[in-house]
Amino acid sequence: MSVPLLTVRDLHSYLATGQGVVRAVDGVSLTVHEAEVLGIVGESGCGKTVTCRTIMGLMPTGTLYASGEVIYHPHGEQSILNARPSELQALRGAHLAMIFQDPMTALNPVRSIGDQLLEAVNAHARLTRPQARARAIGLLERVGIPAPARRMRDYPFQFSGGMLQRALIAIALASSPRLLLADEPTTSLDVIIQDQILSLLLELQQDTGMSMILVSHDLAVITEVCDRIVVMYAGQVVEEGTVADIITAPKHPYTQALLDALPQGGQRGQLRSIRGSPPSLIDVPDGCRFAPRCRHVVDQCRSWDTELIETGEPEHAARCWRQAELGRSEAWQSSDSA
Amino acid sequence: MSTMWAASPSEVLMRAATKAAGRRRSVARRRMTLIAGLAMLGVAILAVLLAPVLATQSPTAIDALHPLAAPFTPGHLLGTDQFGRDLFSRILYGGRIDLAIAFGATSVTLVGGTFIGLVAGYLGGRVDSFLMRLVDLFFAFPFLVLIIAIVAMLGPSIFNMFVAIWITSWVSYARIMRAQTVVAKKQQYVLAARALGYGPLRVMFRHILPNTASAVIIFSMVDAVGNIILAASLGFLGLGAQPPSPEWGAMISDGQNYILSSWWLATIPGLAVVFVGVAFSLIGDGLADLLRAGDR
Repeated sequence: MSVPLLTVRDLHSYLATGQGVVRAVDGVSLTVHEAEVLGIVGESGCGKTVTCRTIMGLMPTGTLYASGEVIYHPHGEQSILNARPSELQALRGAHLAMIFQDPMTALNPVRSIGDQLLEAVNAHARLTRPQARARAIGLLERVGIPAPARRMRDYPFQFSGGMLQRALIAIALASSPRLLLADEPTTSLDVIIQDQILSLLLELQQDTGMSMILVSHDLAVITEVCDRIVVMYAGQVVEEGTVADIITAPKHPYTQALLDALPQGGQRGQLRSIRGSPPSLIDVPDGCRFAPRCRHVVDQCRSWDTELIETGEPEHAARCWRQAELGRSEAWQSSDSA
Repeated sequence: MSTMWAASPSEVLMRAATKAAGRRRSVARRRMTLIAGLAMLGVAILAVLLAPVLATQSPTAIDALHPLAAPFTPGHLLGTDQFGRDLFSRILYGGRIDLAIAFGATSVTLVGGTFIGLVAGYLGGRVDSFLMRLVDLFFAFPFLVLIIAIVAMLGPSIFNMFVAIWITSWVSYARIMRAQTVVAKKQQYVLAARALGYGPLRVMFRHILPNTASAVIIFSMVDAVGNIILAASLGFLGLGAQPPSPEWGAMISDGQNYILSSWWLATIPGLAVVFVGVAFSLIGDGLADLLRAGDR
């Protein structure tokens, strides 16, 4: 559990656009351990996807300006951020795999599922034709596609959304990667299918012993599946910790607000949202980035920012300098009603 | 359809069934375009390949007794030209040259232009800028003038005409392919392919090309017609096939002197050009419908 597999240190990904420099990821550090599921949660545009794509080296080279370190430990202690394209290419698929948000567009529409799966199976291994085919069918069966041998001939438009996501998972797992980055894998699926896909991912993760980064804007999804959670806001990590710590004792006002916004089963009434919207990542305000929307903001928050501060619990840290002062979760609840 | 409301469910079903049948028919009709085009081209190719069997005379044999014979003269199905050469035989043998141009010139520019456009669009940056400025350079010249200049420089012959077309015609393919590639490159399946560790060549040829090839293939059918007409034009100008070898453009050119007295000399090769041109156009249309239907 405690052997680190991937370490991201002080990652900055800035995108040059016509409007200015977008500071999409601004100083993110995180660690994924062996056989661990790490959740990254945050609202749209907080840098989750850019973080994943930067790790995979998939950002467009013309517009990305990145600094920091991405260390994939089995590959050595050298950052893979500046690795040669051929080196990165050898890592992608075989060691690091990624599945995408929209399964409808992530498969090539003019090629059959089997063709694309076989390509993935053959990409990083030397197999004979029957071996590759057997492996491809086995993978489809493993992800729960009925009559896999027959479905190999089908084209993506003949699959439903959930089936496509299953097929994509099979393709991603074709070379038995050590780390799977799942970028909102269930966002475009309905709730029933979402649940099936999540259990499938978790099952595969436990079977293979791979690590997984699960990105979502849905805290409910994250808490269901993950061991540890990283909460991102406006390109920064605002809180990280184990699921239990984050759920029972969130220290950052943003995490607290996210938890508050979850609909409570069986309770009717107004859904609680976080007022305001995230800051522009082009003109980033001084001070704490959450300050304009924070219920506990004081003047100092607007002028100076802090780093992640250890909360005292193991592996739990929050980017709020008033966390001790604001107290424990009970205190939060009371300050809400006040 | 103005309304979908009907008196009873069975009526709704009937209407839907009628509509579905109509749709099937229209798909079949679209296929017909392609089949008709292929059939016409097939006839042309067969006729040209079987020229030694079908032709009644050698294309260069001179029947000195019957110059400028009208069509349906006994022994000369389509008549003879001013030297008494059999027009039917000359059309068949001439078709060899014109069809060779349609296929030979077009296939090379199709493959070359597609490759260059794919590379430019996928790699982007300086490679793209350089290749596309090169394309602009070619487009800046009047096309026919450029061809004529190259043929004039290399010397008039059929092979040099091929070379001239190869040098100049790839640019359209490159431009079409580049535009398609730039769009396809942004698609998530390309990102997904790269995430699986596929190299740039694999991504280009196995992921982007199958999605973008239809546009250039359809254009190549139009271009094949264009090349036949170009060959005819160059033949007409005396820069293509040299006498006495038969070539449709050259035959039209020869026939123009007799257009008032012996109209068939220019008209019959012209009709041959039209026949092959229509065949390619129908194939192009049919392919466009068929390949576009795959999206639905």
